[in-house]
Parts: sequence; C-alpha cells; structure tokens
Amino acid sequence: MGSATVGALLAVPLVRFTLHPILARTTEKSWSDVGNISEFQNIDAPVKKLVTIEQRDGWRKTIAEKPVYVTKGAKGELLVLSAVCTHLGCTVPWVEKEKKFICPCHLGMFSPDGKLLGGPPPRDMDRLETEIEDGVLKTQYQFFRQLTRNKEDLA
Amino acid sequence: MTPANPGKDERSGFRQWLDHRTGLDSLLRHALDEPIPGGAKIAYVFGSGLLFLFLSQVITGVFLAMYYVPSADHAHTTVAYISKEVTGGSFLRSIHAYGSSAIIIVLLLHLTQTFIYGSFKGRRELVWLAGCVLLVLMLGMAFTGYLLPWDQKAYFATTVGTNILSEIPWVGNVLKKLLRGGSEMGTLTLSRFFVLHVFLIPAFIFTFVAMHVYSFRKAGAAGPVTEDPVSPKLPAEPFYPKQLVMDVGFAMLIIVALGFLAYLWPTELGPKADLSDTQFLPRPEWYYIPVFQYLKYWHGSTAVLGILVIPGILGLLLVGLPFFDRGLERRPWKRPLSVGLFTIILVGLGGLGLVSHREDVRNPGVAAQLKIQHEDTEQFMKAKFEPELSGGSLVAQNAALVNPEATKGKAIFEREGCNACHGDNAIGTAAAPKLIGVGSKYDAAKLEMLLRSPTEKMTSGGMPAVELKEDEMKVLISYLQSLK
Repeated sequence: MGSATVGALLAVPLVRFTLHPILARTTEKSWSDVGNISEFQNIDAPVKKLVTIEQRDGWRKTIAEKPVYVTKGAKGELLVLSAVCTHLGCTVPWVEKEKKFICPCHLGMFSPDGKLLGGPPPRDMDRLETEIEDGVLKTQYQFFRQLTRNKEDLA
Repeated sequence: MTPANPGKDERSGFRQWLDHRTGLDSLLRHALDEPIPGGAKIAYVFGSGLLFLFLSQVITGVFLAMYYVPSADHAHTTVAYISKEVTGGSFLRSIHAYGSSAIIIVLLLHLTQTFIYGSFKGRRELVWLAGCVLLVLMLGMAFTGYLLPWDQKAYFATTVGTNILSEIPWVGNVLKKLLRGGSEMGTLTLSRFFVLHVFLIPAFIFTFVAMHVYSFRKAGAAGPVTEDPVSPKLPAEPFYPKQLVMDVGFAMLIIVALGFLAYLWPTELGPKADLSDTQFLPRPEWYYIPVFQYLKYWHGSTAVLGILVIPGILGLLLVGLPFFDRGLERRPWKRPLSVGLFTIILVGLGGLGLVSHREDVRNPGVAAQLKIQHEDTEQFMKAKFEPELSGGSLVAQNAALVNPEATKGKAIFEREGCNACHGDNAIGTAAAPKLIGVGSKYDAAKLEMLLRSPTEKMTSGGMPAVELKEDEMKVLISYLQSLK
C-alpha cells in the first residue's frame, strides 16, 4: 500500500529517468580528418582509410577508429563511403582482383563508387558527407539503418 | 476472512478464489482492524511515516543504481551524469538525499513521541530494542551513503569519520582497516560502503522492521499517556479508517515536501575528491554536526572517555530503558528523571550544533575556506557534464601527441619551475593550489592576464609574475587549458 503510493507519486520521474538513454540523442555528428587531398588525386581504386570518431556511451566517451573508403565518383569528385554493408552490417572489403567491393557475408557486390551491382543489399553503399578544409579531406562519420531501400540516419 | 455462511458470500468469484488461496482478506482485516485504545491521533503517524520514507529510499535508490558505478574512478562521473544529464536524475537524487535527512527528522520525532508517551512500557521491550537497532542501522545508512558520490566533502568527511574508529583501544585500528579495506581510503573503501549501503544494512533494516512491527502488534498500541499499557481500558477505535487517513496524509505531506525541496533546491555535487588537497575542510551532514562538535572537546588520554565511555553509557541507558524503567506510570510529568535526562541530551545535541555553526561563521579562516568550497561546488554544478574518456581509447594513450602545443607548454611549465609549487602535472602541493580545471574557470585572455600580473591574493601566496615571449605564453596557456 505504502510502496504503491510512493511508486505512483514517483512514477513519472522514475519512468523518464529509466527511458533517458532511449530518448536522449547522444551521438553528436562531428568532422573527422580522412587525409590530405593530395593523397587521393591520382587514385584509380578505392583507398581504405581509418577515421577517428568519438562516441558517447552513457557517462563515458570512447575514441574509436572506423574504416571508410575514399573513391572517385562519375565526374572524378572525391567520395567517402562507409564500409558498413547496407544489408546486415558486415564490413565490406575492396577486392582488387575483381575490381569490386564484395561483402564476405552474403556476397553483396558494389562498384568502385559504391553502386549496388548485385546480391541481397537493398541499396548502394552509404556515402558520408565530406568537406575539404585547408587541403584536408574531412568526413562526418555516421551509422545508417540496415535493410532499408533509402539511407536513414541512426542517431 | 471466510464468512460463517458460505452460501451468503457476497464477494465476487475471483475474490473468493483469491482469498481461499492466499488468506488475503483476513490478513487485510487483521492489518486494518488493529485496535487503538483512546482512538486515532496525529501523534501516532511517525512510525508509518518512517516506513514510507524507507520505501521511498529503496525505490529511488534502486533506480539511482541503474547509472551509478561504485568505483573510485567512475563514481563521481556517474553521479555527475545522473545530476546533469539524465532526465529527472537531479530530482530523484535530491529526493534520495533529502529523504535521508527526512528519515533522521522523523526518527527523532518517533523516538521522542514514544519516549514522552511512555509507549515503551509494559511488555514492549522487544519493540523498543528492535527500534534501537533500527536507529543505529539508519545512522549507518546515512554514513555509508554520504561517501558514494565521491566528491570532496564525501571523501574528506568519511576520512575523518572512519579515523574516529582508531580511538577505540586495541581493536580500533583493525576495525578501521576492515571498514576501509586497507589502511588508506580508496576504491576498496567505496566498494565496501556500497555493499553496506545497498545490500547489508537494508537487509538488516527489513528484518528489524518486521520484528519491530510484529512485536508492536503483539503488544498492542499503547494509546494515550493516561492509558494502562498492559490492559487498556479506554474504548478502542480500529486503525481503519481514521488512523489510516492520518498516516497516508502524513506520507503525502512528506513526499510533497521532498518533491518541492528537490525541485527548488536540487542536491549539489562538489568537484571530484582530490586526494592531494590540503586545504579542504570537511563538514559532515547536519545530523552528524553535534557529534562532530562534541568530538572536538576530547584530546589525548581523555579521548577514550569522551568517545567510548560517555556515548557507551548513554547508549546503554537508551537501549536498556524498558528494563531500567519498569514502572507502568506513563505521564511524563510523573517521570521527571528520565524525561529530564532525555530533554537535556536533545537540547545538548541542538546546542552543540549551534556552537559548531557559530565557530564556523566566526573563524574568518574557516569561513573563507568554506566559502571557497561552496563556490567550487557552484562552479562545478554550472559546468557542462564532461564524459569520461574510456581507458582503452586511442587518444588516452596518445594524449600528449594529440595536442603538441600542450606538450611544449608542459616543458615550459617545468623549465620555469611552476611545478615546484603547483606540483608535477599541476596537481597542486601544500605551497600552491592545483591547476587542473583552471582552463574551464578562465578563458585564455584571463589566464594570460593572471600570469602576467597576478592578483594581490596570488602574489601574497608567493606567485611571481610570469614573463614569457608571446609564443611561449601561448603554449603554456594551452597546457593549462589541457589540464582536466
């Protein structure tokens, strides 16, 4: 009886307290350096780079390295692709012999600029936002929802 | 209760089934029909108020544990996270912290009411004894809970609190080491206090509350002071509904008051415990202030008398009360000796609290230091929550490489001999304060100004003006800003 009363009176703050990690937006997007653009001027195949990102994990932050590919688009512009497969999230390697990205998990295949060529993935490889500042290529590393036809941001 | 005639049972099928399986109805009836000689009274609400507060502490405590980590490395960060980031975190933490004060207040009221009404008399020894154990357990909860946020006041107050144990002859030092998990305060102390606060003491509280309530119901409510405590003569009124309404009303009053306090003046958290701080003046929570003041009067060889013998005698008098005072006379004016002594002790404790407060206010050195501590706390509360960098992170290993300017600045800090007073890595020494966090207090321009022309307070403490070239000053400042 007593505990029911306390519970009822405190229920609202208690529920909000519990749901905090689910409702609060914790991941802030930030720019990470990929490398000097001079490195990428003459590439003829995607280049794997590691970007350093800061992730919030509740009361702590972790600094992690995530793989991305720097490649060239149709007009020769620099693109940065997330290495996370749009199918089920495996890390996609570049297979030099085949000149394709081939996901080892379920054989999803992508062209050098990340276009879907075949296999189970629902969409192209995800392009990350880029900018060039003082000759340095930067990107905003992000996670996207798997298995959807359109690219959806996971905050 | 099963009705006499099953054919006339008007309860629903489900109610009947539930009662047959559980005996719930008779239990409820037994609880609600408790006879109160002389009728319901406001004076009887404190016991159930305590139970209510204890349950509130259990509930809020369980939820706080969802984010809290009992380790010297993380405790402060996680409490700061609860206070500054988690939705409703500051509110719940405040309800929990103010709840502990409320328990002490209602405990004193409950004890005083029982004592003044002589409700411990006549076949009520076990009720009283269980109550005394609960008093000690609650004080233990307050003491162990105080350390858990691991801020400056928590750390230093508990250092002093555990040191008192050393005054006990022969076994004092062993007890202190056992409680601390070593000879010094550290992360093992925090673990031990956490286990005591969250598992052990609450388990004992549940057990003794059960004994307290059971033996109370066995002996029966004592009623007003004119009532015979063994065979009541006044007409009795059942607990339900009048006393229940009063009890629930009192509980509501408590929770609303706690809610307002928590909302208007959230409990603060000070800066993280800095073990190298030599200036910090610890002060316990208000209910321990009289004891704190009392301990100031006992030194050297008399300390055993003050710390062990006198409290021991008083404790024995309190615990043994129903055995020493066997008479059935309950009217307080007919019991001048015990009521007088009780009043003197209560007034004495209040007086000690006042003296302590007056000494703190009147001693300019102490008042100034307490003001600094208060300001540090305010400052910390205003600062944005700073997440802790996880140990395995890349940057943690290469912190120096990430900010080459700060590395250069550190070399200048050492070349100029700043570390002689401010300590290696600027952690502070007895001669000069730590500089960790100074970058969040002042911006670069203000830091440069303070370095080039220190304030009067700084120069009087021995701080020289720093004369450096522009570029060197710049890297020194970026080093100061990197100190977190």
